[in-house]
Amino acid sequence: MRRRRVVAVALKELLQVWRDPRSLMLALLMPVIQMMLLGFGANLDVAHIPTCTLDQEGSPFSEDLLKRFQASRYFDIVRVLRGTGDIARAMDRGECRLAVVVPAGFSRQLAGARQASVQVILDATDANTASLAAGYARAVVGGFAADVQLEVAQRAGLAALPQPVAANARVWFNEQLESRNFIIPGVVALVLALVGAQLTSLTVSREWERGTMELLLSTPVTRTELMVGKLLPYFLIGLLDAAICVGFALLVFKVPFRGSYATLLLAVALFLAVVLSIGYLVSVSIRSQIGASQIALFLTVMPISLLSGFAFPIDQMPPVIQGLTYVVYARYFVTTLKAVFLKGSGVAALWPQLLALAAYAAVVTALAARAFRKRLP
Amino acid sequence: MTVAAAELTITVDRLQKRFGRFTAVGGVSFEVRRGELMGFLGPNGAGKSTIIRMLCGLLRPSAGELRVDGVDVARHPEDVRRRIGYVSQRFSLYQDLTVSENLGFFGGIYGVGRDRLPQRMRYALDMAGLKARADTLVGELASGWKQRLALGCAILHEPRILFLDEPTSGVDPMSRRRFWDLIHDLAAGGVTIVVSTHHMDEAEYCNRIALIDRGLLVAIGTPDELKHRSLGGELLRVECGSLGRALELLRDYPPARDVAVFGRTLHVLVDDAAAAGAPLRDYLAGRGVDGVRAERIDPTLEDTFVRLIGSRRPEAAA
Repeated sequence: MRRRRVVAVALKELLQVWRDPRSLMLALLMPVIQMMLLGFGANLDVAHIPTCTLDQEGSPFSEDLLKRFQASRYFDIVRVLRGTGDIARAMDRGECRLAVVVPAGFSRQLAGARQASVQVILDATDANTASLAAGYARAVVGGFAADVQLEVAQRAGLAALPQPVAANARVWFNEQLESRNFIIPGVVALVLALVGAQLTSLTVSREWERGTMELLLSTPVTRTELMVGKLLPYFLIGLLDAAICVGFALLVFKVPFRGSYATLLLAVALFLAVVLSIGYLVSVSIRSQIGASQIALFLTVMPISLLSGFAFPIDQMPPVIQGLTYVVYARYFVTTLKAVFLKGSGVAALWPQLLALAAYAAVVTALAARAFRKRLP
Repeated sequence: MTVAAAELTITVDRLQKRFGRFTAVGGVSFEVRRGELMGFLGPNGAGKSTIIRMLCGLLRPSAGELRVDGVDVARHPEDVRRRIGYVSQRFSLYQDLTVSENLGFFGGIYGVGRDRLPQRMRYALDMAGLKARADTLVGELASGWKQRLALGCAILHEPRILFLDEPTSGVDPMSRRRFWDLIHDLAAGGVTIVVSTHHMDEAEYCNRIALIDRGLLVAIGTPDELKHRSLGGELLRVECGSLGRALELLRDYPPARDVAVFGRTLHVLVDDAAAAGAPLRDYLAGRGVDGVRAERIDPTLEDTFVRLIGSRRPEAAA
């Protein structure tokens, strides 16, 4: 490999990106747009659930209970219903995701020291939100029940019964339980893959489409020199994009960063090597720019958004899919990113992930270099 | 004619290229001598580009052997690529780079040393007449300038052999002329040049011409050899009143071995033009064609082309 030729190819490629508004936008604007969209948009926290109430009793007890729902930041009372029939209608129209029904005879059951029940109806089209909402509703009702119990006990002249066991939950790594902290590191992976593979997927197919490939093939440049020369500029652009993304994560979204920048840089470099060579491999195999960019999109964004643990935790996937995530490179990077950001893990803890990435990078790079034939079809 | 092997810079032996069931080149053998300006003349789709692409190592031959500057192209394509310059039929420079950026890039990948490159770039700019346009985007240049720049890029590394595939297609006559002056200068400097064209006048400028049609080498020789020897006879130019009638009549006239229409005249191939003139006049006059004049002319390359390639066409043979 001769440095002179690699540098010539790299400079040419950089000039072409610089002069092509679309590539330039993809390289510099895309990270910003993606960070904004996904950073502000992707929020798995459940709050302000639109809620309807149906009070079939209208007693001070039932009002007290429903007021507690109103006071909770998890629920917004959007409508007060009059009959059971209204529940289905309100759900159908999407006015509410949750309905709280206090049945007639609620206070009678309470007074009779029998177990009183409150009905909570949930729209579970979004199962995740529904199960969280059910949990919050249970907590509100539980708080109400404890207060009632206390009151009954005091009225009977008894001392309040202490709760026999309490779970003392301490949350580590994401103390505020902000889903954003969990998602943003994954967004960095998504942006790098999107930009890196998209840009490189065009680099060889562009030469074919514009007719410049024939002359390039007639020169002594080797396929390795061509690949290294063509990937180098995108590697630098990728590092710049990574800096933009991390900057956004830390300064705009205030995601905690507890690891070392050196570990982060190592992981980013390895990941870039993987996605850039995937893009290059696609570009070498597919002659049209449109086709190449579509396939590159499919090979990067799909696995990263679905199989990396970016938003959907891997250990909650079915075993077959979990197995699949080991085959796809994305999980290694996303796991590493989350660990570096939130746990502050270093190479000592992350070496299996980094090694997997390095192996992936080596294999894909070798495939990409070999896939290119210095001949006309 | 035997030529010492040392003088040969390109040897092509029974070269074939098939694309699926289509035979683009069907067994071609020839040699090019050092410093020679060799022209490939033939109609579009004759296989000229395919042969040149195989010589540059861009296409793998289906059969046959190819040596360029003594190197087996199939075995060591990279060795060959270092020694050659190539101007492809389709313009292949980067239109989104400037003139000097293109030169810098090709200088770099041809491995021209950093100390030497500025001088070579100046030379190429000078040669192509593009000094004032060094910072113009190539996409904004007219086609004549583009072709000269393509040639400039192809000679940065001072190759010993140049392959030019229809370098003047789509270029205006003045620029074509200028381009050929450059080719002659390079040839005079000792560069071996293989150039394909379908312009007769351009072929005349070559030392030797290979006449190629339907993937086969139809004839090879100097322009003069092709005009006289390959024609296999002498030419009579016939002018007369009814050209169509005369054409039909002469096709049934045994001494006329071939007849072709050239403008408002007929070119008739005969064994001996001096002896054939008078009987031919009488033959036509006796069958109602008036105003017949026949005179001996020197054949042009076009006559040979039409004779050798036209006669291979089924529609012309009818």
